[in-house]
Amino acid sequence: MIDWIKQLPGNVIDFIGPEIIIATAKVVLVFGVLLVTTLLVIWFERRVIADMQARVGPNRWGPFGLFQTLADGIKLFFKEDFRPAAADRWTFVIAPVMAMVPAFLAFAVVPLGDHVVIAGHRVDLVMSDLNIGILYFLAVGSLGVYGVVLAGWASGSKYPLIGSIRSTAQMISYEIALGLSLVPIALVAGSLSTVDIVAAQAGTYDNIVLFGRDLNFLEGIIPHWFIVQQWPAFLIFLVAGIAETNRAPFDLPEAETELVAGYHTEYSGIRFAMFFLGEYVHVVAISAMAATLFFGGWHGWNPAFPAAIDWLRWIVPIFWFTIKTVAFVYLFVWLRATLPRLRYDRLMWVGWKRLIPGALVWIVVTAVLNSDPEEVPTSARLWVMAVVFAILLAWVWRGDPRLTALEPWRKKEVTRGTA
Amino acid sequence: MSKTFDRLVSGIDSDGHGAYVEEHDEESNSMVINMGPVHPSTHGVLRLLLELDGETVLRCEPIIGYLHTGMEKECEDQNWRGAVTIVTRMDYLAQFANEQVYSMAVEELLGIDLPPRAVAIRCMIAELNRLSSHLVWFGTTGLDMGAMSAMFYGFREREMILDFFEMVTGLRMNNGYIIPGGVWVDLPDGWDAALEAILDVMPKRLDEYEALLNENPIFLERTSGVGVLSRDDALALGATGPIARASGVDWDLRRDMPYEGYEGVTFAVPTATSGDVYGRYRVRMAEMRETLELIRHFADNMPEGDFKNMDPKLTPPPRSELNRSMEAVIHHFKLVTQGFTVPEGETYARVESPRGELGCYIVSDGGTSPYRCHVRDPSFVNLQALGPMAQGQLIADLIATIASTDPIMGGVDR
Repeated sequence: MIDWIKQLPGNVIDFIGPEIIIATAKVVLVFGVLLVTTLLVIWFERRVIADMQARVGPNRWGPFGLFQTLADGIKLFFKEDFRPAAADRWTFVIAPVMAMVPAFLAFAVVPLGDHVVIAGHRVDLVMSDLNIGILYFLAVGSLGVYGVVLAGWASGSKYPLIGSIRSTAQMISYEIALGLSLVPIALVAGSLSTVDIVAAQAGTYDNIVLFGRDLNFLEGIIPHWFIVQQWPAFLIFLVAGIAETNRAPFDLPEAETELVAGYHTEYSGIRFAMFFLGEYVHVVAISAMAATLFFGGWHGWNPAFPAAIDWLRWIVPIFWFTIKTVAFVYLFVWLRATLPRLRYDRLMWVGWKRLIPGALVWIVVTAVLNSDPEEVPTSARLWVMAVVFAILLAWVWRGDPRLTALEPWRKKEVTRGTA
Repeated sequence: MSKTFDRLVSGIDSDGHGAYVEEHDEESNSMVINMGPVHPSTHGVLRLLLELDGETVLRCEPIIGYLHTGMEKECEDQNWRGAVTIVTRMDYLAQFANEQVYSMAVEELLGIDLPPRAVAIRCMIAELNRLSSHLVWFGTTGLDMGAMSAMFYGFREREMILDFFEMVTGLRMNNGYIIPGGVWVDLPDGWDAALEAILDVMPKRLDEYEALLNENPIFLERTSGVGVLSRDDALALGATGPIARASGVDWDLRRDMPYEGYEGVTFAVPTATSGDVYGRYRVRMAEMRETLELIRHFADNMPEGDFKNMDPKLTPPPRSELNRSMEAVIHHFKLVTQGFTVPEGETYARVESPRGELGCYIVSDGGTSPYRCHVRDPSFVNLQALGPMAQGQLIADLIATIASTDPIMGGVDR
């Protein structure tokens, strides 16, 4: 492949420029990998959720049923392209595309690994190292809501309309919490670029001094991932991220038992498949961002390891990144298998009255703690952490007064005429 | 847009039904929407005509009749024994309760007694039926609220019970097992071991269900304070069963008007005061545990002897008799060709089905088939409480309320 590029007439490469060739190759590669990943993720979800629900899941087509999604996709592709008479024609056609494309775009700023050197050219394993990476991620993420809203509106039907109204409220309010939860990350890392944020998470915590005691044995064990000091931001990010993807327990816009299928009730065939694909790409994107921003991205547990063998230098980071992303996808599936769906008003309540104030408070706390490393010692930070954690635990464990529905009842001997 | 299309959009179906819509004020900014008869969570073919303000339900009118096949009328075309196969199809999740109540009514008109073994078998299998029916309720409730796994767990255990039914009766549903005079076949060999397997595993599984949902904050938010039915409303609307008991009406026919084998048995009737979906959930879960004990009681005290009344006017003679006795051949011929006759009269029998008071009103003109067979189905009566319960709620609450009402449309429409 590389030799072939070298044999091309010099003027062609000069004319196109190696950067453009590399960028195009990366785009095509990431797009293809993402499509295949989505197929695998759908298969993964169906198998995992089947296992959790004591059933088998797809296992007919291909090894372990791996090709089931492919078969479903082919079926959807060849289905009749049905459009209701009352639908707004062009909006109806455009909506699924608008739901799908932003999900793919979000992947542009996800660093998959370190750089590699191909034919003397340094190739970063990220499609585009934007200096506003996080903002870009949030921006294209919010674009996805247009697809959902327009789909519901253009269907000319009532259930989709309700679904799209729900989705508007949900995605807009959770977008705010999602954005606010990333501000502390930017504060700590000192950059909005995802590549810089990953770079800031390299290494491990050294010189851990806790309440005047030197904890030497922990040295080099705890990785310098942002989850360690930014876990409240991570919790907010996780909840808001799940709500962003319209996944259970926040799947109100499509709530199949309430709104039939929500915003995509009137969609079938390949248009429905686009919504489906968009949702799963979104899941992968949010998982990848969670891994990137809070779990060290492609950094492994022990960064010294891959230096030993040269080709491991770029395989191992991708491996770590994949493992972390899959772990989050598993979490998404797990939540879907376990939790009931939230109610619309409670969803808004959680978003506006819990997540957004929580995120704002945490931004202030982070800003204070990171003001000057000399003035704010580690023990003070740990104290703040402990207090926040204690408040959270007390809130979770406070018990619920709603649990007393059942009257005390006792066994009675049954004899005729005791009515 | 065509005129037909306009009508469809406004909630009137193609036959011009949906009279409620005509009161609808176009200026009021509310939306009229049809939930059902084809909808994932209306438990069959229940149609709800909803008037919505945003997501708030202003009005909820249940419209029934989409599953009406004239079953009560069909009973009149069957002989007394054959009508069992019709009533069992009414509330198809509480099939044994239907058969039992019909048989009790017929037996009262006949004025016959049952052998003790028949009584014990009937009560045991009816209690198992209560368990299987509540498991379906558990599964569908979870599914309707988005907790999809609950459905698979509920149906997994129900499958064991249906296997037991198949072992005993030969069928999983629509069994036609309880007949006037007893049951039509004795318990098979090995029934106690099969039952023991169910009784062993169920308490553990119930613990698992409750661990999944009882204190789940999202589940609590979805259910507590939702679909509240006050005690007075429950009484006024004629609600029975777990719905009434969750509203504080301490009424269970098995205890308060004991029939068949329930006399002298000690068991508890769980009640709640909250009257909401969560109360109904807790009442049904507690009821399942009580039911397990009742099943064990009936199984442990299973008497020996006949499993049906051996009156030759009611029960065909054994095959061996036919070769020896002319009288047996005559009885057999009469029973097979026309069935037994029931003295003229009318009566009402009632049992506590999984959904509440299941009654059967039978009129006989002295012939070989029912003159009239009316079934008071609890789903039908409980469904009229749905409108008041749903008023002013969100759509999501309405779904939870329907699930907690646990209507079986086969029983509603008959």
